[in-house]
This record gives sequence, C-alpha cells and structure tokens, in this order.
Amino acid sequence: MSEETKPTAEILSTLEEHFPGAAQPAEYEGLVVAPDRLVDVAAFLRDEMGYAYLSCVTGVDYPEPTAQFPARFETVYHLFRSHGGPLTLHVHADRDEPSVPSLVSVWPSANVHERETWDLMGIRFEDHPDLRRILLWEGYEGHPLRKDFHEVYYEADHKPFSSRHPDGQPVQAEERAPLGRNLRYPPDWSEGGDLNPPEGWEPQAEVAIYDPLEERTGGNGRPMPTEQIVLNFGPQHPSTHGVLRMVARLDGETVQELEPVLGYLHRCHEKIGERNVWLANMPFTDRLDYICSMSNNFGYAVAAEKLMGVKPPERAEYIRVIMAELTRILNHMVVVGFFTNDIGVYLTGMLYGLEERELILDLFEMASGSRMMCNYFRFGGVARDLPEEFLPMAKELVYERLPRRVEEMDRFLFNEIFEVRGKGVSVLPAETAVAYGCTGPLLRASGVPYDVRRAEPYSVYDEFDWDVAVAYNGDVYDRFVVRFEEMRQSLRILRQALERLPDGPIQEGKSRHNVKMPEGEAYGRVEAPKGELGFYLVSDGGRNPYRYRVRSPSFTNLGVLGEMCRGHLVADVVAILASIDITLGEVDR
Amino acid sequence: MTAQNSRLPEVPPELQGNVRLMPWDKLYNWGRKRSLWPLFTGLACCAIEFIAGAASRFDMGRFGMDLARASPRQADLYIISGTVTKRMAPQVVRLYNQMAEPKYVIAMGACAISGGPFKEAYNVVSGVDKLIPVDVYVPGCPPRPEALYNAILALYAKMEREPISSMPWYQEGENEGIPVPCLGPDLVDWKLTEQTPLERSK
Amino acid sequence: MYGIGVLKTLSVTFGRFLMTYVDDARWFLKGGFGKRYSPEALPVRQSPGGRGVFTVQYPEEKLPLPENYRSFPFQVIDPETGKSPCTACGICAQACPPQCIWVVRATDPETGKSKREPAEFYIDVSVCMSCGFCAEFCPFDAIKMDHDYEIATYKRGDGEYLWGLERLSKPLAHHAAIHPTAYAAEQAEK
Repeated sequence: MSEETKPTAEILSTLEEHFPGAAQPAEYEGLVVAPDRLVDVAAFLRDEMGYAYLSCVTGVDYPEPTAQFPARFETVYHLFRSHGGPLTLHVHADRDEPSVPSLVSVWPSANVHERETWDLMGIRFEDHPDLRRILLWEGYEGHPLRKDFHEVYYEADHKPFSSRHPDGQPVQAEERAPLGRNLRYPPDWSEGGDLNPPEGWEPQAEVAIYDPLEERTGGNGRPMPTEQIVLNFGPQHPSTHGVLRMVARLDGETVQELEPVLGYLHRCHEKIGERNVWLANMPFTDRLDYICSMSNNFGYAVAAEKLMGVKPPERAEYIRVIMAELTRILNHMVVVGFFTNDIGVYLTGMLYGLEERELILDLFEMASGSRMMCNYFRFGGVARDLPEEFLPMAKELVYERLPRRVEEMDRFLFNEIFEVRGKGVSVLPAETAVAYGCTGPLLRASGVPYDVRRAEPYSVYDEFDWDVAVAYNGDVYDRFVVRFEEMRQSLRILRQALERLPDGPIQEGKSRHNVKMPEGEAYGRVEAPKGELGFYLVSDGGRNPYRYRVRSPSFTNLGVLGEMCRGHLVADVVAILASIDITLGEVDR
Repeated sequence: MTAQNSRLPEVPPELQGNVRLMPWDKLYNWGRKRSLWPLFTGLACCAIEFIAGAASRFDMGRFGMDLARASPRQADLYIISGTVTKRMAPQVVRLYNQMAEPKYVIAMGACAISGGPFKEAYNVVSGVDKLIPVDVYVPGCPPRPEALYNAILALYAKMEREPISSMPWYQEGENEGIPVPCLGPDLVDWKLTEQTPLERSK
Repeated sequence: MYGIGVLKTLSVTFGRFLMTYVDDARWFLKGGFGKRYSPEALPVRQSPGGRGVFTVQYPEEKLPLPENYRSFPFQVIDPETGKSPCTACGICAQACPPQCIWVVRATDPETGKSKREPAEFYIDVSVCMSCGFCAEFCPFDAIKMDHDYEIATYKRGDGEYLWGLERLSKPLAHHAAIHPTAYAAEQAEK
C-alpha cells in the first residue's frame, strides 16, 4: 500500500500548486478530484506528468455514506504511466441526477467505458460525443448495476441464499417469477393486462444504432449521384469471433464509417459478481475470455491477493506462470488459425492451430479437471498440485513439439498472399493506440513496447529472462509478427520455469469457500494474451464484493475499430477484426 | 458406424410406438441423417467446444457434418452453443425461421438448456426452448466434444423413427414460423401476449 | 521470386498430408491392418510425439479421462452403512456459485431434533457449471465429481435435470475406480 501512496502524495502536492483545492486524498487509494476541474486536471496529468494511458472507467454506487464521504455515485479512473501501478482518480456525483464531465477529449479510450457506465450505472457524461447504451439496448428500462435494481429472479442481495439449506425444497426460478419467465415490464406497459405493447409503440433499438451512423458521415463529394448503403455484419457470421455485430456505411466497397454493436453476449457478469461470495467468482471468470481461462483466473487472483495482502508460495507462482504462458501459446495458435479462416483459407489453418490447442488442453485437464473452464487458481495459490504425468508431457511439448509447430505455422502464414492482405492495412500509429487505451499485441505492433509483465511485474515474471515482442509498422502483418515472437518468448519462459520448478506447498494458508476480505479497494492486472486484463475490486469488509469490475482488453481494443477500418474494403474489415483478436465473452461480460 | 460403446438415452415412448416405418422411410432417413449440415454459428464458450468437435481430433466429417453452412437456408441442424441473451433472442428465432425444413435443434450446454450459471442474470433467456423447439439437450458446462457427438447419435436415433407420411413438415399448409421477439423495456415475447399465467389465473 | 512463399506454405500442408500415410505405414509394419486404431496405439497417437492422423474415432474409441476430470457431482455411498457420509452440513450448498444445490436436513420423527443426514438432496444439473467447489469443500468426502459425460436427453421438463438423492448416489467402488490416487490418499489419512 505504501508504494502507491508515495507517488500519490507527490502528485497531490504538484496538483495543489497548479490547481489549488481541486484534489484531496481518497478513502483508500488515489485522489478525489472536483468535477468542475476534472478536465483541466486530466489534461495536466496527461501532458505534464506522463499519464498517457487511461485504462478503465468504473461507476460505483454508494447509496449509504462511507467513512469519509456522503452518499454518492462515484466514477473511478485508473491512469498509468510507462511503468508502475495506477493513479486512481475518484469523482463524486450526487444521487439524484448523477453527471460528470466526459474525458473523451483527453483520452479517447474513455469513449466506450463511459458509454458502459451510462448504460449500466446511469451516470451521465457531459460533452460525450455519442452517449448511448452499449451493452443493453435503447429503450431498456433501468440501470442494472445500481444497488436498488433487482433482477426478475432476485432472491437476496448476497449468496449463499438461505432457501438452499437447511430446508432446501427445490423451486425453479421460473416458478417464482410473476410471468413465469425472466421478463418484467413497466407498470404502464399495457392496459388490459394482456402484455400487448401500447398503441403506436415502435422498438427503438435499431433506430438508435443506424441514426448516428447516418449523421456522422458527410457527403462523399463525388459528382455522380451515388448512394451509400448501410451494411450489417453479424451477429451471426462465419468468422469465428462470436456474436459481434458491426454496422458499416459503405460507398461501394469502401467503408466510410464503421461501428461495432455490442451486448449480444452480455451475461451480467458484474451484477452476478456482486451477489457471489469472493471465491465463487473464480469459475465465472473462466467464462470471460473463454479461450484463455487460466489467464482470467490469474487476473482475479492477482487482484484479490492485492486486496488480501497475501503472497502465494513459490511453487504456486511457478505453476501459475507455466499455465499462463501455455495459455498464451494456445491463444496465439488459435488466433492465427482463426485469422487464416477469415481471410479465406477456410479450415486448414484453423485445424492446425486447434491441434496444438488440444494437446495443451490435455495438460490443463490433467491438472485442473476441465479442458476449458479450468477454475484452477485460488486466493493464495492453486487448487491442486500437478499430477505426475504433467511434467514429462509438458516438457515434451515445450522442448520438442511446440517450437517445431510454431515454426511450421510461421511458414504457413507468412507468404505473398498474407503480405498483400496484411501490409499497410489499418496502420495504427503509436499515439492513437495509446490514446485509445489499446493493449496487448495490438499496441506492441505499433511500436510501443508496453507489456504489463514488464511495466508492473506480478508473480515471478521478473525472475525470468525474456524480451518484449514489438514491431513498428502497426498494420495487420506486424500484429502477427508480434504474436509469433510472443510465442517464442513464451516458450523461452516455459523452458526456464519447467527447469526451475521448485518443490513446496501450493497454497498459502487454507483455502476457504467464504473468505472475508478486508475493507478497501484494489486494481490488479495481468497481461492476458489479448491485452491488459484488469479487475477493480471494492470491498466493504464482507464475504461478497461491493463492486466487481472487469476491465477487459477486447472491449477497449474495439473502441479503435471504427478508426482503423475507415477507408478500407469490406474484405479488409474481416482481416482487421481478426488481427485485433477479440473474444465476445470478455467484450460483453 | 455403429453405436455399441456409447450409451444413448432412451427414446421416449411417444417417439417410438405406433409408427410403422416402411422401407423407403428407412432409406430416406438413413440418407438424411448421414448428411446433416450444421449451421456455422456459435454464441459463446460452447461454440469453441463445437469448433473443437469439428476440428481434426474429433472430426465431424466422419458424420458427414463437416460442411457447416453459414447461411441458414442451407443448414439442417442448429446447434445452440452458448448463452442466449435477450439481445440475441430475435436473431436466434429469425435464424430458426429461415432454416428450411426438415430442421433440428440441439441445445448444447447448460446455458442453452436453462440459462445455466447465468440464469439469474437480467439479460439472459432461461433456456432456448422458451424461444424455439428443441430436439436434444446436452448438459455440461461446456460439454465435451464427445458429449456433443453422443447428442448427435441420440438425434440420429430420433431421426430414424420419423416416417415421411406423418412428419409435420411434409403436411399441407404453410408454416408461418415463430413470431420474432423485439426489444422493448424488456424483451417483448409475442407468445406471452396470447397466454400468460396472469390471464389464466383470472 | 513471386510464388516461393505460396510454395512453402503448400509444402507445409502437403508435408502433413504425406505424414499421415507414412505414420499409417509405420503402424501397419508394427501390427498389420487396424493396428493404428487399436487401444495400444491411441495414447501414442494422442501424445505430443504423435504424427499423422490425430482423430479419435468416437464412439468406437474413447479418450481416457484424467483422474481430476469434472463432469457432474455424485454422492458416495459407503458399502458398510449403505448411506453416504453426508451430514447435511450445507457447505456444498453455500459454496456452489450458481446456487444449484438444495439440501433438506432430516429430522428424527420421534424427538423432532435434526439428524446429521440429508432427508432430500437435489442438484439442478441444467444450472451446474461443473466447477467442483462442492467436492473440494465437502469436509466429509461425501460428494465427488463424476466422469460420465454421455447424458444427452430428449426432454427438459418434469424434473429431468433436477437430480435427487437416488440419481446422485453411486457406490464407493465407483469413486475408487475413477479417482485412484485421491481414494488412496483418503484411505491413508484414516
């Protein structure tokens, strides 16, 4: 805790000089900034103090006063420099009509995050260029993450529910709901009680998506009277990225404007997270980025251990690193395979990538019990020790098979066709990438060597000898150059880790299913294969989280999709989307 | 290919008895089941297991199913793999309507059966059978690819017992499809407006 | 020269294609036709050293499951008492993340006091996420994770997926067969 307060104290004194009275220390971490000075303070922090990267914007609902501050809606910003932990800014808004100035003019990465905060928490952002709902649809009643919003199948604020034991007669959730389904309408919805929509009611959801697209584009300036069409990609389409919908305005085949439409897999992870006990969120994190479940577990474990102040034993740390790096190789092989599927190779490359994935999944199944939803990490260690068959198979994979297959995949992908499809397509300059909050291979391909494992080392990554993969052109081609180099570096880390795996215990203390976290807040992040995966946890000292927020790399990286696709052809859009590498589970959460 | 080693569920009595399968039924059903083309789409995590099931380790091509079609007009089998959210519900129903008959639906995974671990969420439909009729359910979170194949074998067992003369899609009359829900203050499900528990209890 | 890259890529595909025949020939030399699909060949074909055809011909061939594999829970029936060691303590119901376990504690009909055993025990398998917390946190080794995944059904209603105590109970021998190391460790502790 003290390492975080020291730079904060420095920053507070600098801010006092330039903006007297604007900032004060927050309850646990960071600074509280007055809303009317927020934009100036933010610009100062970005330009003079080097905080070029806004990672996460979170809304928190405090209906009751806390120790130092009254009841409020709070917006929390996490800012980073090139090295070190976060600077946390808290901005208070009043309960009745919460409203905060928007920071999109300072950091464009705030765009999608502020839309989500408006959607789920109901905090309005003044001067936001386009404040619409992003995960739910226009016309939805209510702001779900508020504490007073009870979902249709609501039983109690916190689990475990008392109806399960000691007198647990099973009752299906549908039987408790008034309509027999997970549906609820406002009381003035229909007269006569037959649930027919009112006279003259039209659904607003689609109108809200198409109208801004029409407004934003100017004329195409061509002499011939041609028409621009609006095209929908998805949510069902043969590229294997899940239910993502993109709406594009095309002039012939060239994209003029493009916008991703999200929310088709919004499974209310954060609301369920507030109801669960702390450890029960671990299997739910598996389902965030469902291709790389071990990395998600890692992120949550790092954040929770920061809150608890617990450090796992060395063997557990090494096992965690082994699992995380195997996951990175698995993800990159699969991404390369899916990319070749998208540019037209149809299935061959995908099958090659999936074959390696199967062997790594065999290892995960041996250790944790499930191929995909591993649920392997616990607070203070890992769930169970590695079985005997694990190490020989892992060594054979890492020393022999995977290096050969990575080189083979390299030969498979890098040919003239890929150069034509990839070089110069969607060049993302370094400043734009940082301003939009991009992380992961997307950022490193633009020449910014920012890797969370180096910038804010966690676990035992600083004990290994490895390099950060970086490329300088920022196009689709370079993103895959970076991914292949990352696979080689992961193999390097794995060789060292497997060699030096120490013996010892795998869990610090006893793992309890209903642990109580001390009061406070923490932001823990890891370098997931897709970028920076962060967890913002607020605890009120109980067995359930007070606020549980996931900062997912794919959601933030999608904010720059529109910029990148402008001026490219329709076929390039598919290639660009594949090169960003998203998984809908963590985009929509 | 025979199914000696795997355990198939019991085909329920209403699908078994009282149908006489003529030789042309058997030939027709054998041909149909050996080339069942799934729709190339997936919703969430179960879709990755579906894709892994189609990949080289578990090879859907052995079942004639590797030709997954992206267009619903050309597909026979809709594998709902993943959570159906209220936002996605209109598209799921629309895809089902666009598929040409005979068509089958497999609800893969806990989320498609009943909403699964996300059942209590405000944006999740508690099971895809609230929207479209389902033929086979596969529990698991996610079910292994072998479990999906077990479900496909169960679907084969069901398909073998379908005589041409009494199947609904060969009867006269047009099938209008299921009314597509739309997005209002909550998902507006047209099935509810005809028969709600509130009305029935009055 | 333009085209060399494409030829290199094609060499990768063609090399893998040829390798499947070379591998089949190797198995043929070892034991004749069908040797490549015998139970001895399966673990070799599915290991990191395997080259050639990677397919597991389900349902004739099944991959052996590792011991830790988690499908759905089951209650272990002790052969001596005929019941499971479950005391209806409710820790599994508390630990379950989607809350799909319902436990009714038994009461003694004569005294009216509660007994340390379950009268009823239900798991809603259509909600279960196979996380294994119930098995991990049970203090009495009464509930363990099964390996059975062939449970597709045609219907959903009428409690098809609400498994009660009879459906969930399996003998201790089943637990010992599918979890040999864990069973040995439990026996060593006693």
